[in-house]
Parts: sequence; structure tokens; C-alpha cells
Amino acid sequence: MADSGVITDGEGDVDLSRRKFLTAATVATGAIGAVFVATPFVASWRPSERARAMGAPTELDVSKLEPGQMTIVNWRKQPIYVVRRTPEMVKGLPSHDGALKDPKSESSDQPEYAKNEMRAVKADFLVLVGTCTHLGCLPKARFDAGNTAPELGADWPGGFFCPCHGSKFDLAGRVFNGSPASVNLRVPPYSFADERTLVIGVDANEKGVA
Amino acid sequence: MVKVVQVGTAPPTPPKPTGFRGWLNKRLPVDEFVDTQLTGYYAPKNFNIWYYFGSLALLVLVMQLVTGIFLTMFYKVGEATAFDSVEYIMREVEWGWLIRYLHSTGASAFFIVVYLHMFRGMLYGSYKAPRELLWLFGMAVYLALMAEAFLGYVLPWGNMSFWGAQVIVNLFSTIPAIGPGLVEWIRGDYGIADATLNRFFALHVVAVPLALLLLVMLHLVALRQNGSSNPDGIEIKDKVGPDGKPLDGIPFHPYYTIKDVVGVGVFFVLFSIIVFFVPTFGGLFLEAPNFEPANPLSTPEHIAPVWYFTPYYAILRAVPDQKIGALLMFLSVAVFLFLPWLDRSPVKSMRYRGWMSRLALGIFAVTFLVLMYLGLQPAEGLYVLLARIFTILYFAFFLLMPFYTRFEKTKPVPERVTYHAHA
Repeated sequence: MADSGVITDGEGDVDLSRRKFLTAATVATGAIGAVFVATPFVASWRPSERARAMGAPTELDVSKLEPGQMTIVNWRKQPIYVVRRTPEMVKGLPSHDGALKDPKSESSDQPEYAKNEMRAVKADFLVLVGTCTHLGCLPKARFDAGNTAPELGADWPGGFFCPCHGSKFDLAGRVFNGSPASVNLRVPPYSFADERTLVIGVDANEKGVA
Repeated sequence: MVKVVQVGTAPPTPPKPTGFRGWLNKRLPVDEFVDTQLTGYYAPKNFNIWYYFGSLALLVLVMQLVTGIFLTMFYKVGEATAFDSVEYIMREVEWGWLIRYLHSTGASAFFIVVYLHMFRGMLYGSYKAPRELLWLFGMAVYLALMAEAFLGYVLPWGNMSFWGAQVIVNLFSTIPAIGPGLVEWIRGDYGIADATLNRFFALHVVAVPLALLLLVMLHLVALRQNGSSNPDGIEIKDKVGPDGKPLDGIPFHPYYTIKDVVGVGVFFVLFSIIVFFVPTFGGLFLEAPNFEPANPLSTPEHIAPVWYFTPYYAILRAVPDQKIGALLMFLSVAVFLFLPWLDRSPVKSMRYRGWMSRLALGIFAVTFLVLMYLGLQPAEGLYVLLARIFTILYFAFFLLMPFYTRFEKTKPVPERVTYHAHA
């Protein structure tokens, strides 16, 4: 404490390197504190407990679905179409690629694991967001191949028909030429917890329930 | 008393005020502010019509603040109440329709005025040294204004509000790695929802206006550091008279305050015509789909932002890859920040530049307007092709600037500003 009690205004008496260190240390401590203080404010913007509860993954027992049947599940305020495709339906899918706008789903919206020929994790089960990619109407199921309804045109291979503006989709949700919609129906994130339990909202490469 | 004025010295200081004025000035530098910033602040005497838009931008800012404050008195934020409260303002609040139309038309007026103000800067090289920071603060104001306009557009919770928010917020999902998480953080839910509307309201009425005011102040302080440039692009401070005042300058007050009042008058005539007769401006200022409530299950036929964003929106859609499109759109706005350093011309004003600079700026102005038009059209067929051509022209203007500004032949810049007094 020899020199600290001496008050002078001479330059030489100030330990500049010590002052520099103390200044830097104070600034660093303050900066770390600022990050901690900012955390609650930044985190407050994340989905709240309520939003998270409302948007939790939804489960569906798919063993109750007969081949060729469809059910609609509500997930995050969106209708999710779940279709159990028959082997004939699956077999017919590659036959009409030429009539589709985006047969390989290049410009459509789906998880990586559903960006395949079937647009599905399992060929039997088709899971789609049931809102038309044109204007958000709900396309109707028209699964019967060869349906002769005039709005479906000739050689209908089975699929979905949107009553609002006439968009047509096949049994993988892929849009047909001549439809006002330009991309395929969206596929939500989903996976199978076991053989019979479909989980909507959890990606296929994750395990368990979020 | 004989008045002695020595060459090169300041005039004698006036006597100190006494009484209330003296009392006040000892505590608040009122006279000093008027002396240095108004009556003693010299602006070039050769300003032309292009120099109205700075003061008009300030006028619109004040108007937006006042009308905005009144709108918040009647607006009810929330998914279930927002749309109805706007209809309530329009139909049941006394003069509510006027206050809202002033605010919505004010938003478009703000961008018209700011775009003309920015074009003036590009026309006369106002951003060149020593005014680079002035330009950057101006750009920051512009960016804050874009955020403010977007946030405000969401508040009425019409269907275009909802889907506009959807499209714009989803742009952030194109950022690698953090994108999807960032989008969820911005929305506060798994879709555009009540939480999103609430925070957008807070940002629109508190956070961004505060930032805007601070940035506008910095813009003005930086302006006063070097003074305004002028259509000749020469520094009036370089030629001062014996009293130390710029020979080509006139006091800001009363000369330019009076001139700006004329601009205000003309502005309000045009502005009132729109507010009273064509407030939606054919769907350009207020879009038709926004007259129906937000509906997450029904997308409007054709999603387009309001006209002032459409040049950038056209660039976004011109690119087939969504990520690259979003990146190019971001760059198309950010590239303005680099203007002071891309421009290597030895002269500031377009008056003394060569044909290449003039041609480039002309093409750029046309490009900006064409992209604005294309952004309003559906992204199909010829429109996409044109958007691609004009996107290339847009970026070429900036990227080629270091070359054409350096190699072109410029004209000699006069010693004094070009000024013809009215007979």
C-alpha cells in the first residue's frame, strides 16, 4: 500500500497497465452480465407454455384405418389427411408422372424423408396437410380410379379434387397439370412411434415423443 | 460608435440578453441553438425542387406519430379483436376514418418522399465524402421505416396482413441452420398467431418509432456537421466572405424554412386529394384482400406486398431457388449501404459527370420502377423473365459503378454554385 495513498497528478505515478486491465475486466464483466440480463427478454419470445401445449404432437392409431380409408386429424389448427393406401393405389402412383406438374416434388414442401416417390415414410400411409396449395380450400377425396365425374376428366387415377377452383392431386398429393395450384400438397413432419401409432409433429429421424 | 469590421474575424458578439430571456438562456441554450442551427446555419443558395423531400419526410414522420397515437386509443390488439376494432374505427369512432386514412396514406407518402429523397442523393452524389455517415444514418432510417411499415401492415389482421406476415416471416426460415428456430422465435407460436400480433404491435408503436426518432436525430446531427450538399456538388464552406459566412450560403431560417412551408402546402394538397378521394389508391395503398379478416385456411388469390416493397419482392421471386432469392432480396436493399464507396467519381453531381454515370442512373431509375410493377404482378410467364432481366440490371448498376465512375470523362466543376436570381 506504499504508493496507493499518495495523491499526485503526475503521469508517472499512474500504473497504466493496471488501469487498462481493470477497465478491460470491468467491461468484460459488464458484458457478460448484459448477456445474462438479455436472456429472459430474448427467451420470452419463444412459444409460451400454452402455445406449446396447443401445438403438441398428435397421435393416431392407424391400425383402425381400413385400406382405402381416410381420416382427418387436427394438428396446429390444420386439417391433416391420413390415408391408408391399398397396394393397387401404391402400384399406380408412378404411372402418371407425365401428367404432373412436379412429379419429383422438387419445388414442393415436404420433410426430407417424404421427398420420395411415395411422398411417405411408409408406402401404405399417406400423410398430408389438407389445405389446397392454391388458396387453402380443403380438397375432397376421390380415391376411385376411373371415376367418370366430368370435373375429373378422362382416365382419373384416383386422388383429391379441390371443389373451389378445380385443382387435382394424385394419391401422393402431387398436383396434376391444368390445376390452378402449382405445387403438391404439403406433408407435415410425422413419424411412427410403433407399428400402429402415427405421431404427427415429430420428425421421422427423432425417437420418442417431443 | 464606429462599426469596425475586420477581415477574417467574426462580427462582434451581441449584448447578453437580460430579463426572462437572460434567465432562460443561462439555463437552456435557446438563443445559441437558434444562432447555430437556424439563423446562423448556412445552406447552399442553389437548392432546387429535389431538396424539398427531406423536410417533407420529417413532416410525414410527425404526422404518422400523431395519427398513430390516436389510432392506438381505439385499436384493440389481439387475434379476436384487432380486425373488428379497425372496422370500429372506420365506422363508429368520430372522424376515425380520417385518422386511419391519414395514417395508411401517410405510410405510402413516407415511402414516396423517402424514395425521392434517396434519388436526390444519388443524383447529386450527396453520399460522397465527407457525408458517408449521413448516408448510412439515412439508410438506417429507411430500414427502420421498412420494418415499421411491415409491422403496421399486420396490425389490422386482415387476410393480407396474415398472409403477408406468413410470407415475410417465412423468409427467415431460409437462413441455414438457425432458420426454422428463428422463425418460431419471431412468431412465438407454430404459425402466425395471437402472440405474433401482440409483439408486432409492441414493436410498431414503441420500439421501432423510438429507434426511428434516434436515427433521424443522428441523421440531422451528421447533416449539420458538414452542411447540405447541393446540385453542383461543391462545398460552400470553401468560399467564405470577410464575415466568415459562406458566399454561396443563405441562413436556413428564414430562407429555407419559408421555402419548405411552400413544399408542405403543395404536399398537403396532393396528400388530401388521395386521403379524401382515393384512400385505397386502387388497391395500391390498401389492398382489397385486407378488407376481410385473417383466415389461416384461405390464402388470398394473389399475395403481393404494398407497392413500396414490390421492387425487392420482384427480385425475390425472380430467382427459382428460394434461398438464393431471399439472399438476393436482402442484398438488393443492403447494397445501398455501399454506395459511398462504390462511387469512385472525382465529382459529386450528375451535372459534371460523363454520359456513363448519367445513363447508368437513368437505367437504374427505370429498373426500380419496372421491378416495382413486376412485384405487383403474378410470378408467371413473361413477368418472371422480365424480373430476371431487370434484377441483373439492378445489380449491374451497383457492381459496375466502381468502373464507369472512375474511367468516364468528367466536366470541370465550377468554383461557385450555379445560381440565377429571379428577375
